[in-house]
Amino acid sequence: MLIVPLKEYKALRQHGEETYPHECCGVLLGQMDEEGVRTVTSVARAGNTRTDSAHNRYHIDPKELIRIQREGRARGEDIIGFYHSHPDHPAQWSQTDLAEAHWFSCSYVITSVEKGKAMLTNAFELTGSDENDKKLEDEKIEVM
Amino acid sequence: MPKIQIPTPLRQYAGKQPAVEVKAGTVGGALSDLVAQHPDLRRHLYTDDGKLRAFVNVYLNDEDVRYLQKEATAVKDGDSISIVPSIAGGR
Repeated sequence: MLIVPLKEYKALRQHGEETYPHECCGVLLGQMDEEGVRTVTSVARAGNTRTDSAHNRYHIDPKELIRIQREGRARGEDIIGFYHSHPDHPAQWSQTDLAEAHWFSCSYVITSVEKGKAMLTNAFELTGSDENDKKLEDEKIEVM
Repeated sequence: MPKIQIPTPLRQYAGKQPAVEVKAGTVGGALSDLVAQHPDLRRHLYTDDGKLRAFVNVYLNDEDVRYLQKEATAVKDGDSISIVPSIAGGR
Protein backbone atom coordinates (compact mmCIF):
# COMPACT_ATOMS: atom_id res chain seq x y z
CA MET A 1 0.00 0.00 0.00
CA LEU A 2 1.10 3.54 -0.72
CA ILE A 3 0.05 6.34 1.60
CA VAL A 4 0.19 9.79 0.03
CA PRO A 5 -0.71 13.10 1.71
CA LEU A 6 -3.28 15.06 -0.31
CA LYS A 7 -0.83 17.89 -0.97
CA GLU A 8 1.73 15.54 -2.54
CA TYR A 9 -0.97 13.63 -4.43
CA LYS A 10 -2.23 16.85 -6.00
CA ALA A 11 1.34 17.96 -6.73
CA LEU A 12 2.31 14.87 -8.73
CA ARG A 13 -0.93 15.05 -10.71
CA GLN A 14 -0.49 18.73 -11.39
CA HIS A 15 3.01 18.09 -12.67
CA GLY A 16 1.54 15.93 -15.41
CA GLU A 17 -0.89 18.69 -16.37
CA GLU A 18 1.94 21.20 -16.61
CA THR A 19 4.11 19.06 -18.86
CA TYR A 20 1.23 17.86 -21.10
CA PRO A 21 1.46 16.72 -23.89
CA HIS A 22 4.77 15.38 -22.61
CA GLU A 23 5.33 12.83 -19.86
CA CYS A 24 6.33 14.25 -16.50
CA CYS A 25 8.47 12.33 -14.02
CA GLY A 26 9.57 12.61 -10.43
CA VAL A 27 10.57 10.88 -7.25
CA LEU A 28 8.54 9.82 -4.23
CA LEU A 29 10.40 10.21 -0.92
CA GLY A 30 9.41 8.89 2.46
CA GLN A 31 9.67 5.69 4.46
CA MET A 32 8.72 2.06 4.14
CA ASP A 33 7.68 0.14 7.25
CA GLU A 34 8.39 -3.49 8.06
CA GLU A 35 5.14 -4.59 6.52
CA GLY A 36 6.04 -2.98 3.22
CA VAL A 37 3.68 -0.02 3.53
CA ARG A 38 5.25 2.99 1.87
CA THR A 39 4.41 6.47 3.15
CA VAL A 40 5.24 9.48 1.02
CA THR A 41 6.45 12.55 2.86
CA SER A 42 7.58 14.59 -0.14
CA VAL A 43 7.73 14.45 -3.90
CA ALA A 44 10.55 15.81 -6.00
CA ARG A 45 10.04 16.81 -9.60
CA ALA A 46 12.67 15.64 -12.04
CA GLY A 47 13.51 16.60 -15.57
CA ASN A 48 12.63 14.24 -18.41
CA THR A 49 15.80 13.71 -20.41
CA ARG A 50 13.90 11.97 -23.22
CA THR A 51 13.41 15.22 -25.12
CA ASP A 52 13.56 13.13 -28.30
CA SER A 53 10.29 11.37 -27.44
CA ALA A 54 8.83 13.08 -24.38
CA HIS A 55 5.24 12.43 -25.46
CA ASN A 56 5.63 8.73 -24.69
CA ARG A 57 8.96 8.22 -22.88
CA TYR A 58 10.64 9.45 -19.72
CA HIS A 59 14.06 9.06 -18.17
CA ILE A 60 15.48 10.67 -15.05
CA ASP A 61 19.13 11.69 -15.11
CA PRO A 62 20.92 9.59 -12.45
CA LYS A 63 22.86 12.71 -11.41
CA GLU A 64 19.59 14.45 -10.59
CA LEU A 65 18.45 11.39 -8.69
CA ILE A 66 21.62 11.43 -6.60
CA ARG A 67 20.93 15.06 -5.69
CA ILE A 68 17.32 14.28 -4.80
CA GLN A 69 18.45 11.28 -2.78
CA ARG A 70 21.07 13.31 -0.92
CA GLU A 71 18.62 16.09 -0.11
CA GLY A 72 16.03 13.52 0.98
CA ARG A 73 18.53 11.71 3.18
CA ALA A 74 19.30 15.01 4.96
CA ARG A 75 15.61 15.14 5.87
CA GLY A 76 15.53 11.49 6.93
CA GLU A 77 13.72 10.39 3.76
CA ASP A 78 14.42 7.46 1.47
CA ILE A 79 13.49 7.02 -2.17
CA ILE A 80 10.35 4.86 -2.07
CA GLY A 81 9.09 5.26 -5.61
CA PHE A 82 8.65 7.28 -8.75
CA TYR A 83 5.83 8.89 -10.64
CA HIS A 84 5.21 9.75 -14.26
CA SER A 85 2.30 10.62 -16.50
CA HIS A 86 0.73 9.10 -19.60
CA PRO A 87 -0.61 11.86 -21.86
CA ASP A 88 -3.89 10.75 -23.45
CA HIS A 89 -3.21 7.19 -22.39
CA PRO A 90 -4.45 4.97 -19.54
CA ALA A 91 -2.85 5.03 -16.10
CA GLN A 92 -1.57 1.50 -16.59
CA TRP A 93 1.99 0.28 -16.85
CA SER A 94 3.28 -0.59 -20.28
CA GLN A 95 5.85 -3.17 -21.37
CA THR A 96 8.33 -0.29 -21.54
CA ASP A 97 7.50 0.69 -17.96
CA LEU A 98 8.14 -2.88 -16.81
CA ALA A 99 11.30 -3.38 -18.86
CA GLU A 100 12.77 -0.16 -17.47
CA ALA A 101 11.73 -0.75 -13.84
CA HIS A 102 14.58 -1.83 -11.58
CA TRP A 103 13.77 -0.39 -8.15
CA PHE A 104 12.32 -3.43 -6.43
CA SER A 105 9.87 -2.87 -3.58
CA CYS A 106 9.32 0.69 -4.77
CA SER A 107 6.07 2.18 -6.03
CA TYR A 108 5.59 3.29 -9.59
CA VAL A 109 2.76 5.81 -9.79
CA ILE A 110 1.18 6.64 -13.12
CA THR A 111 -1.35 9.39 -13.89
CA SER A 112 -3.36 9.54 -17.09
CA VAL A 113 -3.58 13.11 -18.36
CA GLU A 114 -6.32 13.58 -20.94
CA LYS A 115 -6.34 16.77 -22.97
CA GLY A 116 -4.28 18.44 -20.27
CA LYS A 117 -6.40 17.30 -17.32
CA ALA A 118 -5.16 14.75 -14.76
CA MET A 119 -7.61 11.88 -14.60
CA LEU A 120 -6.85 8.57 -12.92
CA THR A 121 -3.75 7.96 -10.76
CA ASN A 122 -2.74 4.36 -10.14
CA ALA A 123 0.14 2.83 -8.21
CA PHE A 124 2.08 -0.34 -8.87
CA GLU A 125 4.70 -2.08 -6.76
CA LEU A 126 7.71 -3.63 -8.47
CA THR A 127 7.84 -7.13 -7.02
CA GLY A 128 10.07 -10.11 -7.65
CA SER A 129 13.62 -10.98 -6.85
CA ASP A 130 15.45 -10.01 -10.04
CA GLU A 131 15.12 -9.08 -13.71
CA ASN A 132 13.82 -12.54 -14.61
CA ASP A 133 10.74 -12.61 -12.40
CA LYS A 134 9.89 -8.94 -11.86
CA LYS A 135 6.29 -7.75 -12.03
CA LEU A 136 4.42 -4.51 -11.57
CA GLU A 137 1.52 -5.36 -9.28
CA ASP A 138 -1.51 -3.22 -8.51
CA GLU A 139 -1.03 -1.30 -5.29
CA LYS A 140 -3.66 0.52 -3.26
CA ILE A 141 -3.16 4.26 -2.85
CA GLU A 142 -4.49 5.84 0.31
CA VAL A 143 -4.70 9.63 0.03
CA MET A 144 -4.70 11.30 3.43
CA MET B 1 37.86 4.37 3.24
CA PRO B 2 35.55 5.09 0.31
CA LYS B 3 31.86 4.34 0.80
CA ILE B 4 29.35 2.87 -1.62
CA GLN B 5 25.81 4.24 -1.30
CA ILE B 6 23.33 1.38 -1.67
CA PRO B 7 19.98 2.18 -3.33
CA THR B 8 16.82 1.23 -1.46
CA PRO B 9 16.00 -1.87 -3.55
CA LEU B 10 19.41 -3.44 -2.96
CA ARG B 11 19.76 -2.82 0.77
CA GLN B 12 18.16 -6.15 1.63
CA TYR B 13 21.17 -7.80 -0.05
CA ALA B 14 23.66 -5.58 1.80
CA GLY B 15 22.69 -6.30 5.37
CA LYS B 16 20.03 -3.55 5.19
CA GLN B 17 22.77 -0.93 5.21
CA PRO B 18 22.36 2.35 3.30
CA ALA B 19 26.13 2.52 2.73
CA VAL B 20 29.06 0.10 2.84
CA GLU B 21 32.70 0.98 3.41
CA VAL B 22 35.09 -0.66 0.96
CA LYS B 23 38.82 -1.10 0.62
CA ALA B 24 39.86 -0.26 -2.90
CA GLY B 25 41.86 2.06 -5.09
CA THR B 26 39.51 1.97 -8.08
CA VAL B 27 35.76 1.91 -8.72
CA GLY B 28 36.06 -1.65 -10.04
CA GLY B 29 37.94 -2.70 -6.94
CA ALA B 30 35.34 -1.02 -4.75
CA LEU B 31 32.49 -2.91 -6.44
CA SER B 32 34.43 -6.16 -6.17
CA ASP B 33 34.95 -5.58 -2.45
CA LEU B 34 31.26 -4.79 -2.10
CA VAL B 35 30.13 -8.09 -3.67
CA ALA B 36 32.81 -9.95 -1.72
CA GLN B 37 31.28 -8.58 1.49
CA HIS B 38 27.71 -9.13 0.22
CA PRO B 39 27.67 -11.91 -2.43
CA ASP B 40 23.87 -11.69 -2.89
CA LEU B 41 24.41 -8.34 -4.59
CA ARG B 42 26.39 -9.84 -7.43
CA ARG B 43 23.49 -11.00 -9.62
CA HIS B 44 21.77 -7.64 -9.24
CA LEU B 45 24.81 -5.70 -10.36
CA TYR B 46 26.45 -8.03 -12.87
CA THR B 47 25.34 -10.22 -15.77
CA ASP B 48 26.26 -13.90 -15.87
CA ASP B 49 29.36 -13.06 -17.90
CA GLY B 50 30.62 -10.61 -15.31
CA LYS B 51 29.66 -7.31 -16.94
CA LEU B 52 28.02 -4.48 -15.02
CA ARG B 53 24.33 -4.48 -15.97
CA ALA B 54 23.44 -1.75 -18.48
CA PHE B 55 20.82 -0.20 -16.20
CA VAL B 56 23.25 0.11 -13.28
CA ASN B 57 24.74 3.60 -13.21
CA VAL B 58 27.81 4.14 -11.05
CA TYR B 59 28.75 7.61 -9.91
CA LEU B 60 31.93 8.71 -8.19
CA ASN B 61 30.83 11.69 -6.13
CA ASP B 62 28.82 13.52 -8.81
CA GLU B 63 30.42 12.09 -11.93
CA ASP B 64 29.24 9.15 -14.03
CA VAL B 65 32.24 6.81 -14.19
CA ARG B 66 31.40 6.03 -17.83
CA TYR B 67 32.78 9.50 -18.56
CA LEU B 68 35.81 9.05 -16.32
CA GLN B 69 37.92 5.90 -16.50
CA LYS B 70 34.99 3.55 -15.97
CA GLU B 71 35.91 0.80 -13.51
CA ALA B 72 39.55 1.92 -13.58
CA THR B 73 38.59 5.30 -12.10
CA ALA B 74 40.70 5.95 -9.02
CA VAL B 75 38.99 6.36 -5.64
CA LYS B 76 40.35 7.71 -2.38
CA ASP B 77 39.30 7.94 1.26
CA GLY B 78 36.22 10.06 1.69
CA ASP B 79 34.95 9.41 -1.85
CA SER B 80 31.33 8.44 -2.24
CA ILE B 81 30.39 5.90 -4.91
CA SER B 82 26.69 5.74 -5.72
CA ILE B 83 24.92 2.83 -7.38
CA VAL B 84 21.88 4.21 -9.19
CA PRO B 85 19.62 1.85 -11.12
CA SER B 86 18.02 3.60 -14.09
CA ILE B 87 14.60 5.20 -13.83
CA ALA B 88 12.80 5.28 -17.13
CA GLY B 89 9.67 4.14 -18.89
CA GLY B 90 6.74 5.44 -20.83
CA ARG B 91 3.56 4.42 -22.52
